[in-house]
Amino acid sequence: MSALLSAITFLPAAGGLVLLLVPRRRAGAFRVGALLISLATLALSLPLFFGFDADATAYQFEEVRRWLPTLGVTYHVGIDGISLLLVLLTTFLTPLVLASAWHSIEDRVKEFVVTMLILETGMLGVFVSLDLFLFYVFWEAMLIPMYFIIGVWGGANRVYAAVKFVLYTMAGSVLMLVAILALYVQHGAATGTYTFDVPVLARWVLAPGLGQNLMFLAFALAFAIKVPLFPFHTWLPDAHVEAPTPGSVILAGVLLKMGTYGFLRFCLPFFPDASLAFAPLFFALAVIGIVYGAWVSTVQTDIKKLVAYSSVSHLGFVMLGIFTLNQQGLVGGLIQMVNHGLSTGALFLMVGMIYERRHTRLIADFGGLWKVIPAFSAVFLVVTLSSLGLPGLNGFVGEFLILVGAFQVSGWLAAAATSGIVFAALYMLWMYQRVIFGEVTREENRGLRDLTPREWAVLAPVIVFIVWIGVYPVTFTGKTEASVEALIAQVQGKVSPR
Amino acid sequence: MPEPAFPSIALGPLLPTLFVLGAAGLVLLLDLLPRRSGKEHLAAVGLAGVVGGLLATLWRWGSNGRAFHDMIVLDGLALFANVVICYAAALVILLSVDYLGRAGAESGEYYALVLFATAGMMLLAAAGDLIVVFLALELMSLSLYVLAGLFKSPLAAGEASMKYFLLGAFASSFMLYGIALVYGATGATNLERVGAAAAAQGHAPLLAIGLGLLLVGFGFKTSFVPFHMWAPDVYQGAPTSVTALIATGSKAAAFAALIRVLVVALRSAQADWTVLLWAVAVVTMTLGNVVAIAQSNLKRMLAYSSIAHAGYMLVGLVAGGAPGAGAVLFYLLAYAFTTVGTFGVITLCTRAGQEAVEVADYAGLARRHPVLAATLGLFLLSLVGIPPLAGFVGKFYLFAAAVRAGYVWLAVIGVLNSAVAAYYYLRVIVYMYMREPDASPTAWAPSFSGGLALVIALIGIVLLGVIPAPFADLAQAAVAPLLR
Repeated sequence: MSALLSAITFLPAAGGLVLLLVPRRRAGAFRVGALLISLATLALSLPLFFGFDADATAYQFEEVRRWLPTLGVTYHVGIDGISLLLVLLTTFLTPLVLASAWHSIEDRVKEFVVTMLILETGMLGVFVSLDLFLFYVFWEAMLIPMYFIIGVWGGANRVYAAVKFVLYTMAGSVLMLVAILALYVQHGAATGTYTFDVPVLARWVLAPGLGQNLMFLAFALAFAIKVPLFPFHTWLPDAHVEAPTPGSVILAGVLLKMGTYGFLRFCLPFFPDASLAFAPLFFALAVIGIVYGAWVSTVQTDIKKLVAYSSVSHLGFVMLGIFTLNQQGLVGGLIQMVNHGLSTGALFLMVGMIYERRHTRLIADFGGLWKVIPAFSAVFLVVTLSSLGLPGLNGFVGEFLILVGAFQVSGWLAAAATSGIVFAALYMLWMYQRVIFGEVTREENRGLRDLTPREWAVLAPVIVFIVWIGVYPVTFTGKTEASVEALIAQVQGKVSPR
Repeated sequence: MPEPAFPSIALGPLLPTLFVLGAAGLVLLLDLLPRRSGKEHLAAVGLAGVVGGLLATLWRWGSNGRAFHDMIVLDGLALFANVVICYAAALVILLSVDYLGRAGAESGEYYALVLFATAGMMLLAAAGDLIVVFLALELMSLSLYVLAGLFKSPLAAGEASMKYFLLGAFASSFMLYGIALVYGATGATNLERVGAAAAAQGHAPLLAIGLGLLLVGFGFKTSFVPFHMWAPDVYQGAPTSVTALIATGSKAAAFAALIRVLVVALRSAQADWTVLLWAVAVVTMTLGNVVAIAQSNLKRMLAYSSIAHAGYMLVGLVAGGAPGAGAVLFYLLAYAFTTVGTFGVITLCTRAGQEAVEVADYAGLARRHPVLAATLGLFLLSLVGIPPLAGFVGKFYLFAAAVRAGYVWLAVIGVLNSAVAAYYYLRVIVYMYMREPDASPTAWAPSFSGGLALVIALIGIVLLGVIPAPFADLAQAAVAPLLR
């Protein structure tokens, strides 16, 4: 039993608490300290990738400790191929985000970095928890730092966005709490062992019927709000637009993935019958989300809002892939989660960079930027193309796999989803054209600075992975396939014959 | 000629209460001595008495003492409730020292009354006889009526005290009438004998009415809807330290006594009162939370919030059994730390020479007093039920007991309520962190003892949140023998 996962999970929060003790005179010390802590976390998480046995289907790096023995709650953490990439995505994005906030966050730097570090612990905890109680603790606890990040360091309408974010998410997750308890009680009554242990509950076969359907819906509601699946997405544009750049990046890069991860980790294995029964509903909502998100993105005048709505579309693809319940769809959905984290994260980073220079995000305020800031424009092009799914870059791999999976379910479904890719090309390229090409329309834009070394350092790692996944995705998909196969086998083995 | 036989009096079960009562008497005596200034020594005596009571409680832990012909039953339930009450009283005394000085209401009677109220609470939790229930309730209530009106200057304090007294007296008379009817029906006031008689009689009307009236009395003290009307005015008007005591200690004592009455005297009618309390729990949670949204006064908001929390605890009573009642006890402990902490922060905040009681007074507190704001923030998050703080674990145990007993929909209503509640607690955090202070900002009145109380409460909510197992298991073990 190794304590590596616990060390990775709690290092950021522990570091954050240490930073709390430092007097607040020098803001720079907090920026450097937090960056070092997050880099150390990243370094600690690398052995997870290299030490991960891609052929094993069991959880790895497991750690089990007693916590609330009378209730059957244990401190149980571990990862498989599904959570591995998400853990790494989290540890990868956090240092980038802290570096990106070097100049954009000037107010209450100490509180900011501590909140970010506590948030990282919360996010990592969600992905590594293998006990429902522990999972719920991290799931709820993580809301609060995000609430502060939006509410304290956000834009003009930040309080509204922050409160909406918390209430919306909480309303969904409290019902999940009841479903967790119901599952716990049913399992206990049936088997005699009362436990919140995820692997144990996932192996147990819950009788199909109303009870399973209700529990499934309670879990699904919590996750669908987080994804966000149409029509539960209305908190997202507010939160994304009002959040400061670091908040948007983390929100898009990691937080949304918790919803899709929840479907994979809990909904499918716990409630296979209900998952299959409700799959058509989720297909429909996913495709509506894909098309609707794309359409709404097209007409946005604010770049950040455009990127926010494009998330609804991209996450629709992920949901589509998950509910196909076949190898291609699930692996595609999983890799698309990572892709979306990288591409959309990078888009938000770059929107933030341009906002720092011009203090506007309206498409109409830009134009002809290629002539002024060519390096920025070139990188922005790569990120834009990655987001719309150009072959050779990461987005293509995920969307292709998902569509292959969807075709096996229904040709119409895949056709409808494919239109989302066409629209993505439309709204992304149109936005790019208006912002970057043409003549310089505003005098203020002439004096813009191109990318600074710090900004290069933030963007370069993302670009590396965008290309890497696009060219040779097997490095990453290879780690997930065994776990995904095991998941599919588990779901199919548990479904009661009809 | 036979020797006259004196009944042997076992004072052991009374020991914790005697410490507190002794301290109360000592405070009254010391207050008579001429002394130039300050009442800190009285606070110290009071604190010593309460800590003595706590230590005596811990010393008696695990024992099952009975005294005065089973009128006093110091069993696990009473001992656990004593711990909650003593902690709450100790924290309240710590908070009071500088707070009273600033308010210009420093007096020896204050500490004596707090101690008498505390003794009443401890007796109430240990009452094995309806007569003792009534006497303890009156000892507690009369002390609290006076304490509520201690600040004579603001009109609200007078109103609070008057309202508390009138409605409280009304509720007491209901209870007394109920006791009389129960005695008439069963010929006994001892809870166990009432329980045996009730089991034999079934649904005798006289007994049913008597027990119903008894519940009305408890409903008033624990502020269930529709007996909650007094709470907002009293919480708002009473000195904040007294409000903290009313919200925690008196609630803990009343809940402990209610548990005892329900499971000892009313066990045969469990199916009936479960249905009744189910409905009361739903209405209490919902009304408390919904009305709290509309409040602009922080103390008034916390009053409605405490009504809602009483509703959550009722969920545990409905769930029943050792898990349900144990969850209620654990929740009382968690709630005591959280609530005393919240009110404690209020006692430390002043604005323009007045106590800062409006939510708007807390605008920008985080910028000026980051530590204080973070402290209040943590207490509020615990009230919301955000893990890993005590409030979350408390709710988890309550709702787990409810689901396990088959009351899934009650749990659903409960958790939805806690999502609603998040709105008004977070509103205070919005003011503290996301708004700027205006012209006359809220200041912090430094106070060593007040700070100490806050630190203890803070440690309490984190400890109960992170490693709740030992305490929750103790709470369940405390009620388990009663339910056999």
